[in-house]
Order: sequence, then C-alpha cells, then structure tokens
Amino acid sequence: MSTPKNPKRKKMVSDILINGSLFLLVALWIIPTIGLLVSSFRTRFDIQTSGWWAVFPHREWVKVKEFAIPENVDPNGVMEIDGVTGTFQEFRDGVSTPDGRKVTWVGNKRLGKIQIQEHRWVMRTDFTLDNYQQVLAGKSFELKNPDGSTRIVQGDNFVGAFLNSLTVSIPATVIPILIAAFAAYGFAWMRFPGRRILFIMVVALLVVPLQIALVPILQDYVKLDLNGTFLALWLAHTGFGLPLATYLLFNYISGLPRDILESAFIDGASHFTIFTKLILPLSVPALASFAIFQFLWVWNDYLVALVFIGSKPDVQVLTMRLAEMVGSRGNDWHLLTAGAFVSMVLPLAVFFGLQRYFVRGLLAGSVKG
Amino acid sequence: MSSVAYENVIKKFGETVAVNNMTFHVADKEFLVLVGPSGCGKTTALRLLAGLEEITSGTIHIGDRVVNDIAPKDRDIAMVFQSYALYPHLSVYENMAFGLKLRKTPKSEIERRVHNAAEILGIEELLNRKPRQLSGGQRQRVAVGRAIVREPKVFLFDEPLSNLDAKLRVQMRAEINKLHKRLQTTFIYVTHDQVEAMTMASRIAVINKGILQQIDTPQNLYDYPENLFVAGFIGSPAMNFFPAKLRQEDGKLYVDSDNFTIPIPASHAAPYQDYVNKNIVFGIRPENIHDPAFTPPNIHAERIAAKVDVVELMGNEIFLYMFSGENSFVARVDPRSSFRIGDQVEMVFDMDTFHIFDAETEKAIR
Repeated sequence: MSTPKNPKRKKMVSDILINGSLFLLVALWIIPTIGLLVSSFRTRFDIQTSGWWAVFPHREWVKVKEFAIPENVDPNGVMEIDGVTGTFQEFRDGVSTPDGRKVTWVGNKRLGKIQIQEHRWVMRTDFTLDNYQQVLAGKSFELKNPDGSTRIVQGDNFVGAFLNSLTVSIPATVIPILIAAFAAYGFAWMRFPGRRILFIMVVALLVVPLQIALVPILQDYVKLDLNGTFLALWLAHTGFGLPLATYLLFNYISGLPRDILESAFIDGASHFTIFTKLILPLSVPALASFAIFQFLWVWNDYLVALVFIGSKPDVQVLTMRLAEMVGSRGNDWHLLTAGAFVSMVLPLAVFFGLQRYFVRGLLAGSVKG
Repeated sequence: MSSVAYENVIKKFGETVAVNNMTFHVADKEFLVLVGPSGCGKTTALRLLAGLEEITSGTIHIGDRVVNDIAPKDRDIAMVFQSYALYPHLSVYENMAFGLKLRKTPKSEIERRVHNAAEILGIEELLNRKPRQLSGGQRQRVAVGRAIVREPKVFLFDEPLSNLDAKLRVQMRAEINKLHKRLQTTFIYVTHDQVEAMTMASRIAVINKGILQQIDTPQNLYDYPENLFVAGFIGSPAMNFFPAKLRQEDGKLYVDSDNFTIPIPASHAAPYQDYVNKNIVFGIRPENIHDPAFTPPNIHAERIAAKVDVVELMGNEIFLYMFSGENSFVARVDPRSSFRIGDQVEMVFDMDTFHIFDAETEKAIR
C-alpha cells in the first residue's frame, strides 16, 4: 500500500526546509556580529567580566550586604554565619539560606569578607562610547615628568591608518580590474596564436597560494627599494588578484552575445572602441561584483601589508593598527570590538553602494524577445 | 548601390566545408534570398560577404572591388541580425547613430538620417527608449533602422524575422519588401523559411550542404526545379516523389511505379526518350492531385488507387495524406471532398504538370 502523495503538503515541507535553513544560516552569521556590536559599547569592566548576552535580562547573584568576618568563627572548622553552617570551602562556593539568599565568603581565610547575595533579575546596560573614543582619538597615556607633574600623551589614532587603508585599497581594486577586463576581452573575443595556452596558464595560477610568493617578492622589493611604499602593496595585490579577476570577467564577457560585437564591428568599431563603449558598460555587474571581492580582500588583508610595509607607522594600514592596538600582551583587547566596527564601516558602505549593480537582466532587450 | 559576385567561394572550418565552391552574381538593386535547411551554409555565405568570416579560397566582389581582405566596416554593407543585436545600454537614437558617430559623420547629418530612417520605419516616438522597453517587432525595426542610416551599398539580413511571432512576421515581410522598393538598394536575405523566400525575393538561391543548388526567380524555382532537393524544398506541402521506372510500350512512355502505371502524354514525352528502362523519380505537387469528383476539366487525368491515412481540413482546402502501396503522398484537394480516414479511393494525377528526375544524379530531366 502506498501513501497518496499530497503535492501541497510536500511543497509546504520543502518551503519550511528552505526557509528554515536560510534562517539558520543568517542567524549563524548575524549573531556573532550583533555580539561584536553590543560588546563595542560596553565598559571595559563589563567586557572582561561577562559576555555580551548579559545585556539581556537574566538572573544573577547580586550582593545585598557585605560585612567583615565575625570574630567568633574559626575558618578551619565548621562555621555558622548568618544562620547557615558550612566549612570554609562550602562558604567559598556559597551556602544557600532557606529564604533563597546565599552567603558567600569572598577572599582568603584571613582577610576575606562575607557577602550576602540575592538571586535577582538584572541587565548589564552600562553602555559607553569610551571604546570608540579611544579607538578614534587614540588612547591617552599619563606620563609622570621628573618634577612630579603629570602630562597626558595621546596615543596613535585610527584616522591615519584609515586613510592609508583607503590609499591602498582603491588603486589595488581598480588596477587589477582594468587589466583583467582587457585581458578577459582579449581571451574571449580576439583570435591570436597561443590564446588557449595563455588562458590555461592564467587559470592555473589560481591554485598558487600567495604565501609562497611573499619572500621572493620581498627580496625583489628590497632590491628595488619599494619596501614600505604604497606602490609595493598595489603591485602585490594586483598580481595576486589578477588570475581570479581575469577568470571571472572572462566567463562573463565571453557570455555576451556575439551578435552585438559583430554588429559593432560592421558599424566600424575597433576592438578598443568595442571594449570601452560596449564591453565595459555591459559588464558592470561582473565588474562590480569583482570590485567588491577585491576591495574587501585588500581592506581586510593583514599578511601582505605586514610583509611589505613592515613597521613604518606612517604607511600602516588599518588591520595592522588594529592588531597593534590590542597591545603586545593583549591588555587592551576590549578595544578590539570597537576597532573592528570602525574598520567594517567602509566595506559595508561599499557593499551596499554596489549591491544594486547585482541586478539581473542588464542585457534585457539587446537580443531576442 | 552595387552588385555582388561570389566566384568559386570556399569556406572551411577545419575539415568541415561550410561553403563549397559557390559562384553566383547578384545584380544591383536585386533582392536575393538565400534559402536552405538549418546548417546548410547560407548564414556562413552571408557572413563571408559581411567580412565576419575569412574566405578560405575564391573571391567576393562588391561592385567592382574584391573585398576578400577588406575589413567589415570598409565594405559598405549593413547587416541585420536574427537576434537584433541592439546595444542594450544605449537608447534607440544612440543605437542608430552609433555607426555614424564612429565614422565621424557631422552631428546635423546624423540627426537628419536617424530621423529619416525612424520616419520610414514608424519608430519616431521610440527614439528615446532603451531596447528593453521595446517589443520584438519594434526591436527588429530599430535593427533595420540602424542599417538604413548607414546608407550602405548592400543590405544583409540574417534570418531577421525568425524571432517574431507568425502574425508580425507576415507584417514585417511586407514592410521589408516595401523598404526594398523605397531604398532601391541591393538586399541579400538569409532565411530557412521558404514562404519568406517566395514572397520577398526577386531571385532565390537554394543552398544545401554548402552547395548552391539553383538560383532563379521564385516562380521558375517552383515550376522548374533543377534537382530533387530544390523540388522537395520549395513548396508546402512538399512535392510528392515516387521511385519508378520508365517503360516504353507501343511507342508510348509509361511511368512504372510499384503500385501504379500511368502513361506520359505524348505531348510531354520528348525529353524522356533516353531514359527508357532506367530508374527515375516521378514527382508531382499536391495541388496537381485531385479528388475524382472535383477534377478540373481539360487535363490529362490519370487515376491511381490510394488509401487515405490522415485528413487535414484547412477550410479553403483539404490536405489528404495518403498511401499508394508503400509510398506516402499528399494531395491538396477541393474542400468539398468527402474522403474519410481509411477510405480506399482513386485519385487523379494531372499529367500536364509533373516532374521526372534521374534517380542516380537526382537532376531533373527536361
């Protein structure tokens, strides 16, 4: 006996499955980001003592009373404090009273204190902009002069690094796209000997990890005296980005309708005119999507910048400054969240600015009906 | 305005021969249609003329120039593509002006020509629209307009109507015809649709397997096909073929098929004397087969037995799909015919209009 299939029900199940897994994926990505955002507004103390979810209402043991250890108790034996009994170890963990409170020994045997705690609903909502202020304006250090007076010294701030990152990212995005678009057009639409071999080589370069190129390139840069310059980073990112860019754009450009190009050819257009007047405007979706890739990659890059820029503070990019801000022993890691958010602002703006170019159907109306 | 000549043109793609030794001339102001089944090389032949493919051997002339090595833009041609090939990001005006701008035509001249072409095609109010805002027919008009503004010596059309729906196709067919009269320019038009070819062409070139089969006026192609392929390709429904032998008896010639034997009228018999006792193919068009009840007077009527397989009512006529033994054939008969599926009937062949082909060479015997 077979159960009759119910298409409506089947569709509903698949809808739930699809929407459910999509929702799960989105939540998986969004929740840590929200946590980061919330954390960036919390005070240093809060960040270091509780998780970001403590901003939501939750039950927590809250101190209601604190007093010195009564003199008549012997910490080495069984004690009776505030109506409950227990050993020192039990008091350290907290001993519950019949009315729902908890008596806790805080500190060591000799210098400790007794706290009476209640289980209460609380929200940790001491929000502050201090983190952002320190990240953007730089942390202030108090230095003592020899004469005993103090002066305040501003540490490095993010602004310079932000501009440096822009200076690196924009050319390192535009240059490879331009070169790759030319190359992709050539591979797609121009006939020349060795075309296939060359293209296979370009695609093959996709599998080469950039890490193996770092040292040789660094050696060359040292000889060319390019180390620590923006040009070094532009060239490096261009080189590392080109294979993927060429491959992606080739796929798009070779898919453009042949008739359009041939029509332009008969109309009297040269390859260069076809490229600038037709290919570029028609490839905007592909160019934009690769631009987003490349921009995010360069903006978030730490390794390449660290290797080729090293420790020159005036050309340091954002990621390097972010790593430095935490301090060599991680003592300021509460600033990391705010710093991360500052560095995310621009990529977010770029994404939302370019995402409308992802619209399909830019070619609508050119061919067929 | 210019003539076009193909001289022994051959185009190979690797080992495949797409265009095989094609030679023909197109007179100035002529409307030549290249027609043939898909993949027969007709589009390749056109692309060779446009300069989009390189000629393997032979020469193509436009006017008195050999254009083999001349770039497409310098050949003084304009081409309309099957897919319209409009530039999607440009407005209709810019689409039409694109080629002129590249040629550094003065702005006022561009404007005059674009508006002139738009007026001819009735698309003036569309000039500021983008291609995606147009219907299929409008896009096709823009594509034609883009060709007109160039004022080329030769217009090339590559199946321009095959993406349109049937009604629009008929309408555009008439318009392209009118355009040809108005522009007085050489048109070369590729199609796989023999109705388009018949209705538009001043001459038709039938191509099969890269080989030019016959080039002639539509009526001549229909009446005097030179071989089996042309006979079968031109006309719808297609001509009926019966493998047969020619037999002579008492000085009279007979077509001796598996299931019928019919005499050839003495007045028509002259060309076939050499083919007695040879294998031939007997061809007769559907409209020359009649229901005995509605046979026109004064024809050489010969009766054969047949079985009705399918009846298609068209309103003004009836298509009878029938069998004579193993051979299937179609008759286009009077709508009053009362034959039904499965009927064993006699049909009348009009022996004034028939074709006989050599079974071996497939050439028509005349």
